[in-house]
Amino acid sequence: MIYIPTIGIECHVQLKTKTKLFSEVDNDARGKEPNACVSPVDYALPGMLPRLNGAAIKYAILAGRAMNCKINPYSRFDRKHYFYPDSPKGYQITQFYHPIIGAGWVELPSGTKIRIEHAHLEGDAGKLTHFDTYSLVDLNRVDTPLIEIVSMPDIHSAKDAHDYCKELWRLMCYAGVTYGDLYNGNMRFDVNTSVAEEGSEQLGTRTEVKNLNSFKSVERAVEYEIVRQTKLLEAGEKVVQQTLGWNDATGKTSPQRSKEVAADYRYMPEPDLPPIHLTEEFIATESAKLPLMPADYRAKFGEIIAHDTLEILLDYPELMLKLNEISLQTGLAADVVLISNLFASVLLAEEKSAEYLNDLPSAADLAKLADMNTKKELSSTATKEVFLKMFDPQMKGRGTEQIAKELGLIQENDLGALEAIVDTVLKKPETKKAQDDFRAGEEKVIGFLVGQVMKESHGKANPSAVQDILRKKLA
Amino acid sequence: MKIANKTVTATRLVKDALEKAKHFADYNIFTFIDEEGALKRAAEIDAKIARGENAGRLAGVPYALKDNFLSRRGDTTASAHILEGTASPIDATAVAKLEAEGAIMIGRTNLDAFAHGSSTENSYFGPTLNAYDKTRVAGGSSGGSAVAVALDIVEFATGTDTGGSIRQPASFNGIYGIKPTYGTISRYGVVAMASSLDCVGFFAKSPEDLDLVMSIAAGQDPKDMTSLPDYYDDDAYGDDASAGPAAASSPTVAGVPAGVPQAASPADAKAAKKIGIIKDFDNDVVNAEIREALRKKCKLLESKGHEIVELEMPTLKYALAVYYIIQPAEVASNLSRYDGIRYGFRSENSQDLDSVYKNTRDEGFMPENKRRIMIGNFVLSSGFYDAYFLKAAKARTMIINEYAAAFDKCDFILTPVSPNYAFKLGEKVNDPVAMYLEDLMSVSLNLAGIPGLAIPAGEAKDGNKLGLQLVGPRRSDKNLIAFAKELQDEND
Repeated sequence: MIYIPTIGIECHVQLKTKTKLFSEVDNDARGKEPNACVSPVDYALPGMLPRLNGAAIKYAILAGRAMNCKINPYSRFDRKHYFYPDSPKGYQITQFYHPIIGAGWVELPSGTKIRIEHAHLEGDAGKLTHFDTYSLVDLNRVDTPLIEIVSMPDIHSAKDAHDYCKELWRLMCYAGVTYGDLYNGNMRFDVNTSVAEEGSEQLGTRTEVKNLNSFKSVERAVEYEIVRQTKLLEAGEKVVQQTLGWNDATGKTSPQRSKEVAADYRYMPEPDLPPIHLTEEFIATESAKLPLMPADYRAKFGEIIAHDTLEILLDYPELMLKLNEISLQTGLAADVVLISNLFASVLLAEEKSAEYLNDLPSAADLAKLADMNTKKELSSTATKEVFLKMFDPQMKGRGTEQIAKELGLIQENDLGALEAIVDTVLKKPETKKAQDDFRAGEEKVIGFLVGQVMKESHGKANPSAVQDILRKKLA
Repeated sequence: MKIANKTVTATRLVKDALEKAKHFADYNIFTFIDEEGALKRAAEIDAKIARGENAGRLAGVPYALKDNFLSRRGDTTASAHILEGTASPIDATAVAKLEAEGAIMIGRTNLDAFAHGSSTENSYFGPTLNAYDKTRVAGGSSGGSAVAVALDIVEFATGTDTGGSIRQPASFNGIYGIKPTYGTISRYGVVAMASSLDCVGFFAKSPEDLDLVMSIAAGQDPKDMTSLPDYYDDDAYGDDASAGPAAASSPTVAGVPAGVPQAASPADAKAAKKIGIIKDFDNDVVNAEIREALRKKCKLLESKGHEIVELEMPTLKYALAVYYIIQPAEVASNLSRYDGIRYGFRSENSQDLDSVYKNTRDEGFMPENKRRIMIGNFVLSSGFYDAYFLKAAKARTMIINEYAAAFDKCDFILTPVSPNYAFKLGEKVNDPVAMYLEDLMSVSLNLAGIPGLAIPAGEAKDGNKLGLQLVGPRRSDKNLIAFAKELQDEND
């Protein structure tokens, strides 16, 4: 019997708004003390009212458009009730009945399309840390704006589940709505997996693995669930519908001691927030601010940049943005190819690459670098060296040409000057034998002679020009 | 006011108020009296006036604050055990506005815990007694505020009205009480009961005083997204005697949804008006003396040239049922935050998270709070939402539409506030349905979001106070208050 897995994914994306979804408190709690970013609205003092952050609405429009979703002109907030210390109000403000983002789809790099059911805005919960006899409550994260993206059950393999999550991450980063820091929980995935006999009209009983925060763990958890559920069914047993946790160390799922076991959330329209009415003009204006998306870059650079290189670079919106700038400035495919290779093989290999990404050289400086390389003013080794120095705190901002000069890396292309150096070398007794050998037809000694000229020029000579001159002189 | 004329000092007024508050201590009006703070504020106001500075439109006027308003002075308890010891770091918007004009809060007043009730008997601190008969209830939920004004302790007091909590105690104690149009005064900093129904309003001894405090407290507040754009003192709604409806430029108020009935026109209060009375309320459910008082006021109005029109409003009989679905649902939701974790009372008998929740809420809430939590959660629970909450929401729209149609036929509506005048303490405590019926004629205004003004209407034979309510379309608040003068007579 063959079992077909079916997977649906809910993804929570933390938005990078300056303030929280419903209060004017700093939304960026990174590196701050617990409960440092908490207002009376957040800790639910009696009499406090939520105040909707308009920036979150704008981000929601961008996020929705990044997934080819319809933006609903009318949306509304609802209260989802449950008791837990991470929820000071006793309810979460979410959009249950009328979400802001309607149906759409996401295309994976493989070309598979995954439909989006809807996505909605809601406030995040706080964080609990449990100890033996007590728990600590940190409300910094309370009402950080989230977009919850709900996919249709269109995914049928662990690989596609991985790719879907990664593509969502790319889309949200490109749309500029999140910091996209998975390690710090900026994006979290709840994965629903079921398996059913091939040809079956009905889906199997599903399990939900909650709170995965890496693509790899999504892939492994789905893989594990498919195998576990298939084995159960093959043994004639039943899959129990339940919420599971994932343990990265053991590589296993296990039933979660959940705060939300079989809860009735008693949804109710949020009476403190009026409905959101968006005009078509507003939606259009905000949608127009959506930058180029991965699909746009694939269409634009797919022909000139190698597929693997492009897919690596697509993980870094900053780099794609820079490549696009260079492309717009010079219009030369060769420049884009050269810089894309430097990004992929030099920059990303650097230990400090994450830091460098935040402070890239200007497109003009990079274009100049490509230009000097094309004109052979810089050898390929020198190009890499200058490229790296452009990130050096001591050097950066001085301009490409200036850096190259200071490093003494500009190649000597002046044929007259080069001839003089070649003559000097050829007069040296130690090159005599090589000259004779070359004339006798020993082709490979030309390399030795070029090396001697390079040494004489302190590395500044253009080696191919040197070879041309040598060949002429020794003919 | 008196103080600005230097006929009396703020200190004198505040001292008098504090003295009276002590004198009437047996009425159980206050949950907290701020003697030190009030006298300090009074001294500051007097100093300001002595320096010739503007001390505000309410300079030195003592007022009482219903204990469900946040203020940095005294704990905000909402007369609920579960909130005991809750100090607020901020002031409610309404409090801040009043105090910016020099008003001085002398104390916080008693209420039914979380404003759940019609008699102030549901207070954790015990009932407040009626100003005219200590064996009777003050009404509620704003009983303390009503009695504080009725006994002349303060010039005015704040209240909140979710289903009649200002109008009913005002009428039980023979004073004026306004429940404004929903959204007129910010709810920011007011302990929420049922958010879509809650209104901040006032008690006072005259329409003029109400108008002044309304004009100060009203206005849009960015901290309350349901607050209306400023309108209260707009010229369009003023009482320019020379301007008839035809002379007025049509008022356009930004942000008003189309189809919402507006104050009919900027007509002046003295011009002849059409006053609607609701036939359905003229039956045995309503006390005969209250019905007689209504008839007398109608005659008074007719004698002044106003016209009385009879209205059929068949949907109103569903208002109480609709109210007792929507209100408990919102109540249950709004009370979820009281869990003993972050502030207020926490049960000592708790071993784990579950028992913290269960014991804290069991010991901290009054029986009426629990009743509403249970009803509310029931009507919101999965499988019942459509049958109860959603249906009630639809019926609410019908009530809104019925009022809109009624105001096509008349300018204001005059009705009883409640079926009975002040009843005996303990009379209805064990009969929640009888208690809920007290709200029969007041709750529809909250459902429709329209303003209602309780006005005095003489006395019953046994000496208890009678009251009526004047109802107007949305944003007619100022006209409503102005028109109340037309209804005054020597018996009130």
